[in-house]
Formats: sequence, C-alpha cells, structure tokens
Amino acid sequence: MPDYDNIRQQHDMGGLDKGPVAPSEHEIVLWEKQVEAIMRLLSMREDQIVTVDELRRGIEEMPPELYDTIGYYERWIVSLSNILVEKGVLGRAELDARVRELEAGA
Amino acid sequence: MSAPPIRPRFGPGDAVTVSARFPTGRRHLRTPFYIRGKTGEVERVCGAYRNPEELAFGAYDGARLPLYRVRFDQAHVWDDYAGNPADTIDIEIYETWLEPAGGPTHGGDDSDAA
Amino acid sequence: MPHDSHEHAPIEADGPQGYYQHLAAATRSLLIEKGVFGAGDMRAMIERIDERSPAFGARIVARAWTDAAFKERLLAHGKKTMKEEMDIDPVVADIVVVENTADVHNVVVCTLCSCYPVFILGRPPDWYKSYAYRSRTVRDPRGVLREFGTEIDPGREVRVHDSTADMRYLVLPMRPEGTEGWPEEKLAGIVTRDTMVGAAEVQGSVQNRYCE
Repeated sequence: MPDYDNIRQQHDMGGLDKGPVAPSEHEIVLWEKQVEAIMRLLSMREDQIVTVDELRRGIEEMPPELYDTIGYYERWIVSLSNILVEKGVLGRAELDARVRELEAGA
Repeated sequence: MSAPPIRPRFGPGDAVTVSARFPTGRRHLRTPFYIRGKTGEVERVCGAYRNPEELAFGAYDGARLPLYRVRFDQAHVWDDYAGNPADTIDIEIYETWLEPAGGPTHGGDDSDAA
Repeated sequence: MPHDSHEHAPIEADGPQGYYQHLAAATRSLLIEKGVFGAGDMRAMIERIDERSPAFGARIVARAWTDAAFKERLLAHGKKTMKEEMDIDPVVADIVVVENTADVHNVVVCTLCSCYPVFILGRPPDWYKSYAYRSRTVRDPRGVLREFGTEIDPGREVRVHDSTADMRYLVLPMRPEGTEGWPEEKLAGIVTRDTMVGAAEVQGSVQNRYCE
C-alpha cells in the first residue's frame, strides 16, 4: 500500500540523492511505444478519457516496492491500467483474464 | 455562459513565498516538496490553467488558476548549496500555493533571510 | 545503489514476455475491442512520435542563431513562433525557450515525473528520466553537468528549470565560435539533443559524452 501519510511523496524527489547519472541508453521496444501511444491517444482526444494528471497520480500512488523496482514504461502501464479500471473503462476481472490468457499463450 | 475573468493576484517582480503546507492523504501535488516555504520573485505570469490537483481525481471542469514562473536563489533554497551564489531555479507554481512574501503564513522556514 | 539499473526492462526482442508486457498487450487489445481506438490509430500515433527527433529542435536553434528578430519572437512566444513560422507543432500547451548567454547557462529537469518536449526533441533519453537526474539536478546542477563532461564557469549563473506544469522547455544554446556565415542547415547539424536540455554546450564539432 502507498503511505499516504508520508510527508514527502515517493516521486517528489527534487533535492534527494539518487546516485550518479548513468550514461546508459536503451533502445525503446515496441511494447513501450505502444504504452506511450495508448497514453497519448487517451489523453489527447477532445473527450479526454484520462488526463496526464490522473496517469501521474496513478504512478505516485503505487506501492513503494513497485515504484522503486520497476522501469519507466512498466510504471506507466501499471498506472494506466489501474486508472482505466478505476474509471470503469475496463473491468478488473476482464483485464486480469486477458493477461492470464496472454501469459498462457506466450 | 462565460467564465468570470481570471485576475492574477501577483505580477512580475512580486516577492512571493511558497506555502509551507505539507498535506497528507491521497493527493496529487505539483509544488515540489523542496520549494515549500521558500521565497522567490515572480518572473512572469504564465496564464491560467485548471488545477492538476483536481484533474488528477477526475474533476475536469474546475476553475482555472493563475500559474506563475517564480525564480528562487539556489543559496536560499539549499543550506548547503555549493555553486555560484548567483545561481537560480525557476519553477512554475499555481496561485493557490503562493503568498505575498512576509505575509501571515510565512515563517515556517528559519533559513529565509528576506 | 543506483536506481538506473532498474529504469528500463532489459531488451528482450525475442525473449519471453514479462508480466508488464502482457499487461500492456491486454490493455491494448481490450481498448481496441471496445472501440476506444483502432489498431490503425495506435500505429499512427507511434509513427507520429517516431518521426520526432532532436533535428526539429536543432532547426529552431539554427534559425534563432541566424535571425535575431525571429529569436526575440521565439523567446517571447515559443510555441506560437515555431508553429506559425516553421510549421513545427510542439503539441503541448506552450514551449518556453530559454537562452544561454555569456552570463547564464540554463538546464531543464522535471523532478516530479519526466516532462520533456517530445514533439520537438523526440523521446527523452534514459538519463533525463532517471531518479539520479531528477533528484540531483535541482540541488547540484554543476555537479550533475560535470558528470556530462560539462563545466560551467563559476562566474556564470546556472539557472535550473523544474518543469512542473504544462509548459515544456527548450534551451537555446550559445552559438560556438568559428561558425560565422554558416547556412542554417549546417548550423543545425552541430546542435545536439543534450545542448537543448542544457546538459552540454555546443562544440564546433559534436563531442558530447552521451551520443544520440
């Protein structure tokens, strides 16, 4: 669970020391581009289905164990899928079922 | 039906202090922790935008708030700032997080030399 | 322990898909089935982002270097000027162009997430999104810049921009010596991504630590 009483939220990291800036660059892969595209398709339309603000909030509320360990696009898809379920665009059960189907077929 | 005109409370050159508020609970804040309680100068009025704190929880039709770019001296923001004393940091801050410098809510920050 | 080792999934082009990739595929397929958007919309959006790169920002910089009146308009109204005069649409609410001078060096960061002007610079590099960059740049910009091989003269002001709202930032780097009379296209060729974020200064030739 996120710690809502923590005075400083986990993403609000200006002024902390998270180590040296690593020079590595990774080449973006298709699933990551797809996550980015979904976010933009949903937030950039006239009838916004989600806002960038909701998507950011979804990341901020993530359990610290996730926030500290998963990667950039992983965080976005966790937030995005949670916000879509929260807003009733997708059902939790159907999303879980689809994930299981894909895991079984992979 | 037109919205009432947005009247910015502050203008360029005004000395402002970022509210030393530290809310808990479920929230989405765009005023960074490190700048709360610090005093700077309005560099420009950026326009009026809907409040991200509300947009983050689905309130899409909220009123627009004036947004300001505020410039701070780094030596004021960080006790241990190691660069040039002339170094600065600019941050965009919504009106709801700003008070006139030296106003009633100011005083939460002992390092403020203003 | 640095966080950057966790910042991205390992590249597994042909490897087994992990949970998050399945979650992405599930989300995508359900949204398409529900008619929220089509597969074609997704491909078009990916292409739209793919075609963006630092070359767009570099063209803007080159024009500003050669046309003083354009530069003033750009500094006053970033998005409007680049859109109307160069047909470069940054898509976001506004672009704030900040000019490096003999007195001031600008550097951009988004401490709260990783806001970046994707439609004029392409996707952000890993380092920009890293917890290391987000946490340290506001407090120790000169130290962070040093890690990029960029040393800012102690007599100059370093100005950090923490991109917290709907604006995105473009640093207008200083034009290097020895480029007098160069056409815009040649000038654009020496303006790298890192110089438009403020992590580096433009060299007469491209010599930045982090290659694009």
